[in-house]
Amino acid sequence: MGHAAIIAGQGFNGVSLASILLLTALGLALSFGLMNVINMAHGEMLMVGGYLSFLATKMVHGPLAFPFALLLSFAGAALLGALLEVTVIRWLYGRPLDTLLATWGVSLILQQAARSLFGAIGVEVVAPHWLEGSVSIEHGLLAGLSMPYVRIFIILLTVAVLGLLMVFIARTRWGLYLRAVHQDREMAQALGVNTRWVDLVVFSMGTGVAGLAGAALALIAPVTPTVGQSYVVYAFLVVIVGGLGSLFGTTLAALLVGLFSAGVQMFTSISLADVWLLVLVILFIQFRPKGIIYQRSRAMKEA
Amino acid sequence: MKSMFGKYVKLAAVVTVGIGLSGPLSAQDATVKVGVLHSMSGTMAISEVTVKNATMLAIDQVNASGGVLGKKIVPVIEDGASDPAIFSQKAQKLIQQDKVVTVFGGWTSASRKAMLPVFERFHSLLWYPVQFEGNECSPNIMYSGAQPNQQILPALQWAFEKGKKRVFLLGSDYVFPRTANLILKKHILHDGGTVAGEEYVPLGGTDFSSIITKIKMAKPEVIFSTLNGDSNVSFFKQLAAAGITQSQLPVMSFSIAEQEAKAMGPSLVNGSYAAWNYFESLNNPANKKFIAAYKAKFGANAVLDDPMVHGYIDVLMWAAAVKKAGSFDPNAVRKAATELGATSSPMGQVQFADNQSLYQTAYVGQLQPDGQFKVLWQSKEPLRPDPYDALAFPGKHCVIK
Repeated sequence: MGHAAIIAGQGFNGVSLASILLLTALGLALSFGLMNVINMAHGEMLMVGGYLSFLATKMVHGPLAFPFALLLSFAGAALLGALLEVTVIRWLYGRPLDTLLATWGVSLILQQAARSLFGAIGVEVVAPHWLEGSVSIEHGLLAGLSMPYVRIFIILLTVAVLGLLMVFIARTRWGLYLRAVHQDREMAQALGVNTRWVDLVVFSMGTGVAGLAGAALALIAPVTPTVGQSYVVYAFLVVIVGGLGSLFGTTLAALLVGLFSAGVQMFTSISLADVWLLVLVILFIQFRPKGIIYQRSRAMKEA
Repeated sequence: MKSMFGKYVKLAAVVTVGIGLSGPLSAQDATVKVGVLHSMSGTMAISEVTVKNATMLAIDQVNASGGVLGKKIVPVIEDGASDPAIFSQKAQKLIQQDKVVTVFGGWTSASRKAMLPVFERFHSLLWYPVQFEGNECSPNIMYSGAQPNQQILPALQWAFEKGKKRVFLLGSDYVFPRTANLILKKHILHDGGTVAGEEYVPLGGTDFSSIITKIKMAKPEVIFSTLNGDSNVSFFKQLAAAGITQSQLPVMSFSIAEQEAKAMGPSLVNGSYAAWNYFESLNNPANKKFIAAYKAKFGANAVLDDPMVHGYIDVLMWAAAVKKAGSFDPNAVRKAATELGATSSPMGQVQFADNQSLYQTAYVGQLQPDGQFKVLWQSKEPLRPDPYDALAFPGKHCVIK
């Protein structure tokens, strides 16, 4: 492999990592960024999505299996998110510490439930045939570079989800409500926006996207009871670096974290690359405490 | 068969009770308690429950043949919950409250390290059934699992015999892989090979994209993997997605046995290699009897593997040592265990050496589509266990008095 192929390969790996981080972080950006709710059970929504996609591929065979798995993991995680919002989070708005503890408890319950139902060893989702193999470049400057189809698929899925989410926020009525509530909850309420419904929809949409992330991740890694734990910390990092309340900032931050990790991992071990990443984030927060992109709003001022 | 077996059990029970009644002892004293300490919950449960099962099978068999010194063995089972601190607490509880004469248990090196001071303080004896990194030598532990020179070094010897001298070392980031690779590196260089790379992922790590790039750059001839648990699934999946097959670049794993292959799905790891001291596919009479007995007790779908057999023979060796010593005293038992001589077992001939580890044969196998290993190579004779590798830990020796 030549230098150009290695650099291109690691660039691709970085973008691939970034896309999984972004899928996980989008839901957090919505709940943490817009509603100021720290959902510690967010990682478990990813896990639930993974297990649902496992069940879906067991139930349905043939070419429709995987699209069905994606749909089921989104819908299932969104429903579970809605349930969580109605039963726990709704009662704790404005009490971030209580929310944090309560959702952490939920996360432990979900992990143990998964362990009891599916066992401690992970289950595996077999990728459909059209995702097997990779794009390999044999000649020229980039000879030796290979890009697995599954990773390309995950990147495309992330772009699609991001696009749909942006259209939803910018173009639809519910998106308008969402922005209104984010900017000034009381004013929006006074103007007749049902903020309870907006909270419910936004929150369950966020967990649904995390479920999708779980289904995507299941293509390259096993689904285990603790799979959410290994991604949720990075997702919080991405949201904080990106700036609360900005999807564009979240996207930039995910790319930054993904590319930085992939780059540093070439020169040092994975554990040490994580250390460098955290050092970078801490330094960054010193200079830009509000993240890459900072939106002014009353909700933010109160926070 | 079953009714006959039942008859023997009853007969044995009658004889045991008879001995108990005829002597000066009361019926209460006709039993002896042993501890069985494995993780029944948490991450390690999947592996440790099966070792516990094999241990229980051995206890049943010893009881069916009359017990030890006329006493029936009563196991006290405790859950280590995959947590070293709990292992240490439960070990103390077993020794102090339950007054067990010995304990069978442990899996991770962390759990063993946590229990070691307890067994030393109370002068008790632990039978540890899993292969490990060596570099430890306690009179209060019987190490029946492989030392490095009985698993990882024979695997290296096999790879070198096959002409694969460019080795890439890959492991999870904790004590076993770090120590195993330290020893491997010394031997690779000493024997004229090349270390193509050495990489670690955090326990449970799932992203291998950068490591696969590094593997491609390093162009190794074989990968020696001490990855643990679920990381294996991610690694094999991503290796296959990157277009690297087992025939191009074989992977030799030290943590994938029949149980793990079954849980991961044999198709994923088909064709990869492993080194152990037992495979279910070993063809010897003792193994056939062991497999039949285990499946009769725990179901026909059960698979057997290396740590399970070690858990099983630990009980048999303990019973034999107690008989030889004529006492349950841990000090007398551990000395007697090292003087038992060679015994046949499902793994072939075994014998406890004077350093309280086991002489055993090393095997290299290749995973077949049915999840069983085909034995490709075995050491000429049972290997003497060596806790301190001469190249990695020069000048250190394990002498137990």
